[in-house]
Amino acid sequence: MARKLIDISHISKSYGDNLVLDDLNLYINENKFLTLLGPSGCGKTTLLRILGGFETPNKGNIIFDGVDITNLAPNKRQLNTVFQKYALFTHMTIAENIAFGLKIKGKSKAYINDKIKYALKLVNLDGYENRTADQLSGGQQQRIAIARAIVNEPKVLLLDEPLGALDLKLRQDMQYELIRLKNELGITFVYVTHDQEEALTMSDTIVVMNQGYIQQIGSPEDIYNEPENAFVADFIGESNILPATMVEDKLVKILGVNFPCVDTGFGRNKPVDAVIRPEDIDLVKPGEGLLDGVVTHLIFKGVHYEMEVMANNYEWLVHSTDMFPVGTEVGIKVDPFDIQIMKKPQSEDEEAVPIEE
Amino acid sequence: MKNKKRLLTGPYLFWAIAFIIIPIIMIFYYGLTDADNNFTLMNLAEITTPENLKALGLSLLLSFISTVICLVLAYPLAMILSGKSVNQSSFIVLIFILPMWMNFLLRTLAWQTLLEKNGVINAVLSFLHLPQLEIINTPYAIILGMVYNFLPFMVLPIYNVLVKIDKDVINAARDLGANNIQVFTKIILPLSVPGVISGITMVFVPALTTFVISDILGGSKILLIGNVIEQEFTHSYNWHAGSGLSLVLMIFIVISMALITKYDKDGEGTAF
Repeated sequence: MARKLIDISHISKSYGDNLVLDDLNLYINENKFLTLLGPSGCGKTTLLRILGGFETPNKGNIIFDGVDITNLAPNKRQLNTVFQKYALFTHMTIAENIAFGLKIKGKSKAYINDKIKYALKLVNLDGYENRTADQLSGGQQQRIAIARAIVNEPKVLLLDEPLGALDLKLRQDMQYELIRLKNELGITFVYVTHDQEEALTMSDTIVVMNQGYIQQIGSPEDIYNEPENAFVADFIGESNILPATMVEDKLVKILGVNFPCVDTGFGRNKPVDAVIRPEDIDLVKPGEGLLDGVVTHLIFKGVHYEMEVMANNYEWLVHSTDMFPVGTEVGIKVDPFDIQIMKKPQSEDEEAVPIEE
Repeated sequence: MKNKKRLLTGPYLFWAIAFIIIPIIMIFYYGLTDADNNFTLMNLAEITTPENLKALGLSLLLSFISTVICLVLAYPLAMILSGKSVNQSSFIVLIFILPMWMNFLLRTLAWQTLLEKNGVINAVLSFLHLPQLEIINTPYAIILGMVYNFLPFMVLPIYNVLVKIDKDVINAARDLGANNIQVFTKIILPLSVPGVISGITMVFVPALTTFVISDILGGSKILLIGNVIEQEFTHSYNWHAGSGLSLVLMIFIVISMALITKYDKDGEGTAF
């Protein structure tokens, strides 16, 4: 059973008239990789900075390991931050950067030297002790920033879009590196990103945020396969989001066609949104599917073909390893468990349902 | 394209040759020749006369003290400014720059009027039955004039480096356990060294060479090396001795700057 390490309750934060976080509740379990995911301006970085102590919330509390740390200065908190732009100390060598926190805590020289060696090895940069930050590449600087944080043995490592400035290949390498680090160190990671792929790859738990509200909390599989609202479905990967009517349990009418599904409990003849992932649509011969259409666009994406199929006045986005040239008549088939039904939002604010995990 | 760019540098090149390079060559020429245009080091040796040595020593001392006072006043001020929002800080910076828009001579003359035996300050003091302030025509008045006139030149470079320090670098230091004093001594102070050096240069060099401030606030009793050089040119009409002494002063400035830059690893922000 995972232990609750951080409990965030009723946090609100505004800058002037701009409400960034509104009555946010969230808890973070020990030794988990938790990702705050959302578009820019959703409040994820503000939440991280509140955890780090660089911002004070207007309302609410942060309980860390049973102690209220809401108003505690950053230097008194048992967590360390890896900043977006690394924030290395340019007037010091790499070794001095890594030693900074330990020196302040008054650790012995031998202990500090051991730690520097250990940390550099951990981030695969042995032998870089005497370089300065500007002699390193972005990826290397980011690793040093991580090394500088973890030598202090924090209970929680906060990471603010640490891979944002790196190129694609390096970013992917660093993702595996971070997973490895987390497993080796056994500490809790709180990671902020707007990159859904990054979030899906690394996280144990993803918290999807929008406009200061939590949209959904769940494992990467949950978030991807069972988005709870249109925002999550749209933000995490590509999808067909269709207005639909729940005819009865396990039967949904989409674009006038009845689709068998597996969802229950929405009532009879209730308006809902149906989410169908592009890779879950099977293209078959006309007449063999639930509805027929014509391929209107075809793009080769490497792993798969991306096609758009016009059927019942809707352009269906389809990913398939089979290729159907533009103009081909096809049938569309969707397995019942590949249809995700979501309640229609009552209002725009409804994108902001408070959610209990 | 290339030729056009070269054309653009024309005016600057002309300026540099006409008003910087030729005058320097002339100073070197006059400084190293005698009245009959023969090469000599006698003009440089002028500095060794007791009066000139005394003037040089006093100049070095007063400009050193003024520079230290400027630094002590300017650093906290620059820190306060850098912590303010852009609107607030640019207003305060404006207040500091505002006097610089007035003529330098006028400002110094104003201090003379304020400090005089029967000046404004003493009038107020006697009205309040307080002891009189008698610093006009003393080195103290000269230091006051130097600090007053050169303080903005210390504030601005330090302010400029301080505002450029990434807030997250300071946050990172706090995150790693540094308290406010440690953040200052280990992060802010070392990162601001280039600005401090630039400020020292901008205060120390004009303070060392000034003759107007000592003239007006020191009476004619206190001679700084600047006054000696001025008199060689304007009273004795001895351009050779004046140029020789100027060269010696240049050497002292170069040595001072070299000493300062020795402590600045990157050599950023210095005048050399």
